[in-house]
Amino acid sequence: MATPLIQISGLEKAFTTNESWLSQWRFHRGKLRRHKDSIHALNGVNLTINQGETVCVVGETGCGKSTLARVIMGLTTPSAGEIHYLDQRIDHLNNRQRMFFRRRMQMVFQNPYASLNPRMTVYQTLSEPISFHNPQLSQSQVDEQIDELLESVGISASSSDRYPHEFSGGQRQRISLARALSVEPDFIVADEPLSALDVSVQAQVLNLMMDKQEERNLSYLFITHDLAVVEHFATRVAVMYLGRICELAPTKTLFSAPKHPYTRALLSAIPRLDSNTAQPIRLIGEVPTPVEKPIGCVFQARCPYANQRCYEHSPAMTLQRDGSSVACHAIEEGRL
Amino acid sequence: MKYTKKDFIHPIPGSRWHHVWSGFVGDKLAILALIIFLFYCLVALLAPLVAPFDIADPAFMDLMNAEIAPSWISGDERFLLGTDAQGRDLLSVILYGTRLSLTIGICAVLIQATLGICIGLIAGYLGGRIDNFLMRCADIQLSFSNMMVAIVFLAIFQSLFGIALYQQLAMIILILVIGLTEWPLFARTIRASVLAEKQKEYVDAARVMGISSKRIMFRHILPNTLSPILVIFTVQIANAIVAEAALSFLGLGMPATEPSLGSLISAGFAYMFAGSWWICVIPSITLIILILVMNLLGDWLRDHLNPRTYKD
Amino acid sequence: MNLLSVSNLYVNFHTKERELAALIDVSFTLNRGERIAIVGESGAGKSVLGFSIVNLIGKPGYIESGSIKLENKELTKMSLRQLQEVRGKRIAMIFQDPMMTLNPVLTIGDQLVETIRSHTKISYKDARNIAIEKLHHVQIASPEKRFNQYPHELSGGMRQRVIIASVLLLNPDIIIADEPTTALDVTIQAEILQLLLTICRDNGVALVLISHDLGVVSKVAERTLVMYAGHVVEEGPTLEIINDPQHPYTQGLLNALPQMTLPGQRLNQIQGSMPSLAERPSGCAFHPRCPYATQKCRQEQPNFIYSGVSSVACFLVEDMLNEFAEQDQETH
Repeated sequence: MATPLIQISGLEKAFTTNESWLSQWRFHRGKLRRHKDSIHALNGVNLTINQGETVCVVGETGCGKSTLARVIMGLTTPSAGEIHYLDQRIDHLNNRQRMFFRRRMQMVFQNPYASLNPRMTVYQTLSEPISFHNPQLSQSQVDEQIDELLESVGISASSSDRYPHEFSGGQRQRISLARALSVEPDFIVADEPLSALDVSVQAQVLNLMMDKQEERNLSYLFITHDLAVVEHFATRVAVMYLGRICELAPTKTLFSAPKHPYTRALLSAIPRLDSNTAQPIRLIGEVPTPVEKPIGCVFQARCPYANQRCYEHSPAMTLQRDGSSVACHAIEEGRL
Repeated sequence: MKYTKKDFIHPIPGSRWHHVWSGFVGDKLAILALIIFLFYCLVALLAPLVAPFDIADPAFMDLMNAEIAPSWISGDERFLLGTDAQGRDLLSVILYGTRLSLTIGICAVLIQATLGICIGLIAGYLGGRIDNFLMRCADIQLSFSNMMVAIVFLAIFQSLFGIALYQQLAMIILILVIGLTEWPLFARTIRASVLAEKQKEYVDAARVMGISSKRIMFRHILPNTLSPILVIFTVQIANAIVAEAALSFLGLGMPATEPSLGSLISAGFAYMFAGSWWICVIPSITLIILILVMNLLGDWLRDHLNPRTYKD
Repeated sequence: MNLLSVSNLYVNFHTKERELAALIDVSFTLNRGERIAIVGESGAGKSVLGFSIVNLIGKPGYIESGSIKLENKELTKMSLRQLQEVRGKRIAMIFQDPMMTLNPVLTIGDQLVETIRSHTKISYKDARNIAIEKLHHVQIASPEKRFNQYPHELSGGMRQRVIIASVLLLNPDIIIADEPTTALDVTIQAEILQLLLTICRDNGVALVLISHDLGVVSKVAERTLVMYAGHVVEEGPTLEIINDPQHPYTQGLLNALPQMTLPGQRLNQIQGSMPSLAERPSGCAFHPRCPYATQKCRQEQPNFIYSGVSSVACFLVEDMLNEFAEQDQETH
């Protein structure tokens, strides 16, 4: 098998919530101690992404899916774990060393109204990365590339001197994609790129992303909470809960035979158009905030099948017969 | 899939500054304020051409003409606004004084802005310890009243190097003192806007492209914080002119040979109750109108560049 | 008799240059205990319609003409005082962001008690009991504990439940829910929808659900209105609209959903995007994006016509119906 494009192993990230040095000091049993409060956004994520593949990460608010995207892109440094791009470790590199990988990995953001600099024209937005990464290009070559790029995402090249506020949400998301494509990457992380768009426009942008994947053999890490999009677009799906992946499966397998109790609940909750779907599975309580590093299974507090083992030991990902991997004791023990 | 010409998406037309401008045209007070301010600037710039007398000319100061009332009282056609205690034409002196006050104000604020913008950008963008350190410096600077710093500094300078040297360098020293004492106001405002802008995804997008911090700060974030800068800029010029006038009034500003509006008022104050009220009152009115107009412009800008009313 | 009937409602926005039409000739009725949905993309005017019903449309918007009748009282002509009476007791509103309604500096218990006591004269203790009972009713675990908490201590789903409880306090006849679950996660969304549904069923409350999500609508509403650029373009039973949409826009909207295409295939997109208020096209508002548009669509506005169980505003459907009618006459 070819080397995976991206390999993530044991990735962890904790955010300190009391940043200020002074507020870290506490009295504890009569002694002054320094204590950092933190939120554990990622608790050991393992994931591989192969070339030409679309891996979707789904999960609810606060499950760490956006943090995963930011850590992979080097926008925040991980607390532990490694990220490899084609066997080269990239998570510990500094800005200068990372430059090569910046061209290979790009990102599309969620909010089309904030992801383009309002004071830069479309031309400036696109010419900056192109001439920054290709200093040998002449002005006319850069112009040519920008025109080509814009037309390839369906925006007329004549509007390149316009400012972002003159475009609609869907158009801005096209420009964002054009910016990501401007350095000719082979891997794009898309963090909820459709969630701010209307249904009819969502379809346009999703089509565009699929076209580009076909044209350029792109790989996507697509982060979303919309399972309908996942079902349509993904090669494989990773379901995240509280900073851990609890199920990773090929799309078809996941939607036809979800295994993890959380995946089941999630899938049953999608409001589908056909009226005769089953009642959604109700989960007890709400997603907790991971202030403490979780012991045992991350889902134990809300899981209807949790037993003593689930409270004490965290389950490992195990490969199932149908090609999916699940981290759940109940499945391992055959209780579910 | 290739997009055909027909499918291309065109942007919605409309200019960013269009509604700011249309709001301006609708506001009569703002127009009046701008016209008056531009008039001040023009007159200050052209003072040597407009003024009826050249103040560098030794014949200009003629004690024979001292304390002549404005022409509508005295009927003396030579001096429209009368003369001061040294016999100088008040109109000419005020014109040159306005020029001096505006120069000091604008230069001082330029220094404030440069310092404040750099410090605010660095503190806001880099964050952490650097931010803490720079902002505590700003706090310390703010905890001294700028007037106190100016008075102490100017007094020490005068006693150390003598009045003569001081009078030569008065303008530069005033600019430096006023400029260096009020940067925290700029720094704080910029830092606040930088913190807000830093959260936006376009900054992340630039970082993902590998663009250097310096370029992100000055090329991406700074242009988006210009609206608050513009507002403070206007108001601070007014404040700097007032500060200069106050220092001059206290005798620590411009010397009487090279009078600014402040030192004119100060010099005229002594004759206020001796009947020659115009020496003090006319420069005062000139100063008040200038400050008022600048504050009006600042307020107007604040209202119309407010990110809450001005969404993008 | 209809509980609520809106007829020929026009709502405009006043700008310096000109009047912009936000709602154009909107009519619909709502029966007691009925659940209807208003569906459309952003900019379709669905929220404006929701606000207009209770005459809450703020400046620069105003009701230009048309009538809104609650039973037989005309809402557009009511005084502010009468309207306030109607707003709490007869028609209640639920918003996308619960913090729009909750006061962040008061505990949720205090807010609920205040609502009860402002309308009925009872003691604090009795009001507290009612409030706790209602919190229990909306399936909030340990309501006594929640009673003393502040809104920021609750999760988004929990806040929306509190809002529903506060709405129930006054036994309204109609609940208008403006995107009540858009900000919530899917699992929470399913629960809140279920809750809304049971509450409306059990208490005979009529529901106007404003949403962009056809999946959500299909779970809750009996009837659906599809809006586009200020017009109602199609109205009918929800199942009918989802299974057999007549208007090209409704068809496009449904076809654009990912589940309508095989995985990996291109989605059926609608070209272009919703026109803004200032640039509404002439004729049928949808014609620039409509694959079937004719010259007539560009010039004239289609009327609302009955087609089977639903009503549609589209020349295409009208022509088809006329053709059928002619054929019918020929055979007879």
